[in-house]
Amino acid sequence: MKKIRCAIIGPGNIGTDLLYKLRRSAVLEPVWMVGVDPASEGLARAREMGLKATDQGVDGLLPHVKADGVQIAFDATSAYVHAENSRKLNALGVMMIDLTPAAIGPYCVPPINLKAHAGKREMNVNMVTCGGQATIPMVYAVSRVQKVKYAEIVATVASKSVGPGTRKNIDEFTRTTAGAVAQIGGAEQGKAIIVINPAEPPLIMRDTVHCLTAEPPRAREIEASVKDMLAQVQQYVPGYTLVNGPVFDGNRVTSFLQVEGLGDFLPKYAGNLDIMTAAATRTAEMFAEEILNGRLAPAAA
Amino acid sequence: MNLQGIEVKVHDMSLRDGMHPKRHQITVEQMKSIAGGLDAAGVPLIEVTHGDGLGGASVNYGFAAASDEDYLRAVIPLLKHAKVSALLLPGIGTVDHLKMAAECGIHTIRVATHCTEADVSEQHIALGRKMGLDTVGFLMMAHMAEPAKLLEQARLMESYGANCIYVTDSAGYMLPDDVSARIGLLRGKLKPETELGFHGHHNLSMGVSNSLAAVEAGARRIDCACGGMGAGAGNTPLEVFIAVCNRMGIRTGVDLFKVSDVAEDLVTPILDFPVRIDRNSLTLGYAGVYSSFLLFARRAEAKYGVPAREILLELGRRKMVGGQEDMIEDTAITMARQRGLAPAGAA
Repeated sequence: MKKIRCAIIGPGNIGTDLLYKLRRSAVLEPVWMVGVDPASEGLARAREMGLKATDQGVDGLLPHVKADGVQIAFDATSAYVHAENSRKLNALGVMMIDLTPAAIGPYCVPPINLKAHAGKREMNVNMVTCGGQATIPMVYAVSRVQKVKYAEIVATVASKSVGPGTRKNIDEFTRTTAGAVAQIGGAEQGKAIIVINPAEPPLIMRDTVHCLTAEPPRAREIEASVKDMLAQVQQYVPGYTLVNGPVFDGNRVTSFLQVEGLGDFLPKYAGNLDIMTAAATRTAEMFAEEILNGRLAPAAA
Repeated sequence: MNLQGIEVKVHDMSLRDGMHPKRHQITVEQMKSIAGGLDAAGVPLIEVTHGDGLGGASVNYGFAAASDEDYLRAVIPLLKHAKVSALLLPGIGTVDHLKMAAECGIHTIRVATHCTEADVSEQHIALGRKMGLDTVGFLMMAHMAEPAKLLEQARLMESYGANCIYVTDSAGYMLPDDVSARIGLLRGKLKPETELGFHGHHNLSMGVSNSLAAVEAGARRIDCACGGMGAGAGNTPLEVFIAVCNRMGIRTGVDLFKVSDVAEDLVTPILDFPVRIDRNSLTLGYAGVYSSFLLFARRAEAKYGVPAREILLELGRRKMVGGQEDMIEDTAITMARQRGLAPAGAA
């Protein structure tokens, strides 16, 4: 079967984990790895796996896009360079999946709005944040049953799984996640909290989702909706589990989740990173299927 | 111990850490009256915010009776001599909250992180300093890091622009030697102009002794709470610390009788229960658990039938850090299920 060819920008932990996942895909084929450091281990690893690699940044990839048939690119670099990367690749008709917090394209949380994005032929979609991918499906699971006035998520991640970029600008996480909890999760108001825990051995990512419903919660319907959503996320993150809940306490509905990663390149405790690469892969697969079915033809802007 | 003549700045916590035993329900009027009393008693610095700092209002930590902005705008203009500080935990509050608090007229911003995660405080400390605020790096749960590790983290905060670094015994777990080792190393290795502070909890009744050990090792700011307010068994009780300082010749500038009147006449009457060492707050100090977890564990006991003490011990075993209040209910549910208990009121 024909596969859609992809490029990964950023050969760090996320980019490399993404590479492992893309190599298993039935519809995607990773062909290029893009970095900026000639000594990068990630570039060397990608070359060993048979990918072409450049240390000249996106400019090193551009001349090869057409000949190598690259149609989808993943950006796992930083918010600061994403806009420029996206502009250059979009101009060549390459669709961009943004794993940085830049969020110049619409937010994508696969079980909620991926189909809508694919249908609209978006050229750039943003994967929100790790905490967003882990929790927004569960906000939506409540808000699709009844009105949610306020939703709040608490993401607790292992210290070892939080890179220097996130640490330097942790407000970006809280702000972006809170915005998407409201906009995509369907709550009137959103709040996000992140806690970093240094315990050894590292703890597996935990996420708590609190929703305050406008009217008393309809427990049975919410339980069924949560169960259904759990199964949908588990399709691409098998280690996504509901540890406890949903708990009903007055108008509060709380779900306690755990996200264990697949352990591809990143360790299993780093479910926060795994759910990002898994969601990005899922997103690309949906776009790839649309392209292969002839329903979507990315074209130069 | 000879501390004669040393000048120490006491920093009152009753209107911030004291928000925990009040479930953040201290009213604006109560804040005004207590802050006014502390000001008149010569307390130089008073912290005012939600118990979990700016932006702490949440399902997870509790919504306060008023917004941080309302509290700050009500208290700051009232004070003749005392300055006001605000606490900020990156991951909960953001630089937007910091800017709001600066507009309200705070003098001091204290940026708090878990003791091994100082690098999440860079943007907040740098901004605080840039705005000309007295900027403090606040290393919480400091018993969980060895002195050398704590020094490494303190240096990060110092490099971002903090002019004062706190060793924060959030669990009330430390013994005086633990305090001396940490403050002593920081005093020897940080820049001489960087001030040091100590924040204690009274869970093992060590608040005053630990604060004295801190002063002896070089700390010049000491957190206390009037009337023994504060999470767990409270912070170092302000009036007791002042009395001891007077006896030892440590200069605080605080009037002992005035401040003990504030404790007795203004703080004690607003308490919902006596803030003291009981089997649960003792457990916090004994097992090294974040003091703010206390009321959450009590509520989980009432709802799920698992004793608060056992929940707290389990949280300690699982090395929970400040901010993980959500894990208290989660842990209680899991423990109740393992024990075959049904939640109160369940069908």
